[in-house]
Order: sequence, then structure tokens, then C-alpha cells
Amino acid sequence: MLFIVGGVVGIGIAAGLILNAFNSNMVFFFSPTQVVDKEAPQGRNFRLGGLVTVGSVKREDDGLTVHFTVTDNLNTIPVVYSGILPDLFREGEGVVAQGRLDEDGIFRAEEVLAKHDETYMPPEVAEALEKAKEAGGNPAPQNMPAGNGGSI
Amino acid sequence: MALAGINWFKYSSPASFYPLAGKMMPWFAGLATVLTVVGLYMSFFVAPTDYKQGEAYRIMFIHVPAAWMSMFIYVVMAVYAALGLIFNTRLSAMMASSLAPTGAMFTFLALWTGALWGKPMWGTWWVWDARLTSELILLFLYIGFMSLEAAIDDPRRATRASGLLAIVGVVNVPIIYFSVQWWNTLHQGASISLDKAPSMATIMLVTMLVMTLAFWMYTIAIVLYRVRCEILERERHSEWVTELMEERK
Repeated sequence: MLFIVGGVVGIGIAAGLILNAFNSNMVFFFSPTQVVDKEAPQGRNFRLGGLVTVGSVKREDDGLTVHFTVTDNLNTIPVVYSGILPDLFREGEGVVAQGRLDEDGIFRAEEVLAKHDETYMPPEVAEALEKAKEAGGNPAPQNMPAGNGGSI
Repeated sequence: MALAGINWFKYSSPASFYPLAGKMMPWFAGLATVLTVVGLYMSFFVAPTDYKQGEAYRIMFIHVPAAWMSMFIYVVMAVYAALGLIFNTRLSAMMASSLAPTGAMFTFLALWTGALWGKPMWGTWWVWDARLTSELILLFLYIGFMSLEAAIDDPRRATRASGLLAIVGVVNVPIIYFSVQWWNTLHQGASISLDKAPSMATIMLVTMLVMTLAFWMYTIAIVLYRVRCEILERERHSEWVTELMEERK
């Protein structure tokens, strides 16, 4: 009996401590709007998540340094990154960059991860959807993962 | 009503469940084999290439069913543990401890295939986001359940302590499931949920469901096999086991 009570108390304390620790760290990334509103940590590393703005990706001549902007369709943050990008890094796709904001408001990324959505389909279907969209149809926006309430 | 004629309580006794489990096991094992062959064939040759992820997405046909089973088995295990604690039925505890290794295996499989998928797609093997972290905690819960049961010598106390751990740990299952909605995670949201149409091509969905069914049948077969060993071991001093062993000689 003592053993069971001890076990429950122990698990309770552990769960409390874990939830407390999670409370400050549970958010994996901050959106550009949160960064503009100064909700993201100042002066230390954090992760910035959003969509790579279409037409914003520019590579420097060294072949490694990449400039692009991350947007949540409300605000946009410029990002500089030097390194190898994941396969799924594309304009208009989701991305999570880890790094810090410098004084000029440019996000200096140390690591860039691609975030993809939960949509899977054959290429032909994707093309057909694209055509329907161009023809003035109104299919669901494919680049906005619904799982996160559309906030990427 | 043929079903109503069966005395279901009869099968909550280990002595009558032992031969029943032996009879059911080959059927589930056969189903599992057929479904795995069909499911893997569909995964590799029938399901089309994905428009964005190419061929690499095919690991999903192992990853997602494994992750589903890891959560589902934990809930079943906790229900058995609760039944055992409430009604003091011996068979429930045996079922709970027979389920744990398979659940742990599927959890490990989900984490491992997830890492293999994450490296080419996200650019990393592992991140500490809410979905991945809570699934790792599930693995620790399974390991904790098995270790706690093995660490206590008196079987009745071992069953009670580990059963309690299983019940408390069930809190983690909804956290895993809803983590992608509650927090910003690198892991994408659910493609299949009850409140919206699946966001994947039908043939991909069917393939995934066939694989899930295959894993499910495999789980039943292996758990029946394991629970038979468990019954013999825990009931070894009872009359019917002694008689059974005499017959085998």
C-alpha cells in the first residue's frame, strides 16, 4: 500500500515538473508575426517557422549562402543561411529555421529544416489541381497545413 | 442470437482461455501474413509516387500504422490493467504484460522509421518537438511497465504496481495524438482524422489501412502466443497445468 501511494506521489511530482519545463519550451517555432510582436526570445537562439516567400530565394556566388524571406502572409522576416538545405526546401513551402535575430532585423539561421504538410497525392493529381486553380477554381490552399490551424 | 448463448465469463478463466487462444492463434497469424504480403506489394508497386516527396514517402506505410498501433496497444494494455485491478481477474494482468513488448516494438519502429524519413525530408534525424518527444515518452512508459513488473518478485504486487503505471501513463496517448494541433511542431498534422476528409490519394489511404490491419492481426497473433506462455508460467502450480504437462509427456 505504501508502495502504491509512493508511486502515485512520485509520478505526480514528475509529471508536474515535466509540464512545468514544457510550459516554456513547448512551442517548437515562432511565426514572423510573433517575432514582429516581440513574443520571440530576444538576444538568444530561437526557431522561426513559416513559408518561404515565392521569388525571395537568392544564392550568393559562393554557392552556399542563401538569402530568403519567411512569411506567414501577415509579416515577413528576412533570413540568411549558409549551409546545405534539405530536399524539400522550396519557395512557397514550409520551413523552420534555427538561429537569432541581429540588430538589423535579419534572422541569421544556423540550421534550416523543411516542414511539409500532410497532403499526399500523385503528381498528375497535383497538376490537375494546379490547372483547376488557374482556371479560376477555388481548391483548398495546399501549402497551409490544416493541423496547425493554418498558421503553418 | 447465437452469441448470447456463449458464457463469456467462462473465457476470463486462464484454464479455458488457454485452449481457445491456441485455436485462434493460427488464424490471426495467417491473416497477418496474407495482409502483410498484400500491403507491402501495394506499398511498393501499386501506390503512386508522391508529387512532392517522390518515392521516399513510401516509408509512411510502415511508419503511420506502427505509430497508430503503438498508441492503440497502450490503451488496450491500460484497459486490461484496469480490469485486473478492479475485478482482480488473473487473465487481465497476463494480457497486459503480453501486450507490452509488442507495443514497445511498434513504438520503436515508429520512432526509427520516423528518423529515417525525417533526415531526407526535414533535414534532420531528430528534433525535440512535441510529437516526437511525447512518442519517445511512450517508449519509456512501455519499458518502465516491463521493468517494474520484472523488478518485483511477488507477482501480485508486481501486477498491481505495473498496472497502476500503465493506467497513469494513458494520459500520454491523447497528448501524442493532439500534439500537432496544440503546439507548433515540425511534424505535420494528421492526414486522416474523424472531422475531415483524408488529405491523401485514395489508393495511398487503402494501402495504409491494409498495412494497419496487417499489424493489428500480427499483434493479436503474437499476443495470444505470448499469453499462452504467460498462463502456463503463472498457473504452473494449478491442477490443470500439471495434468496438461502429464499428457504431453
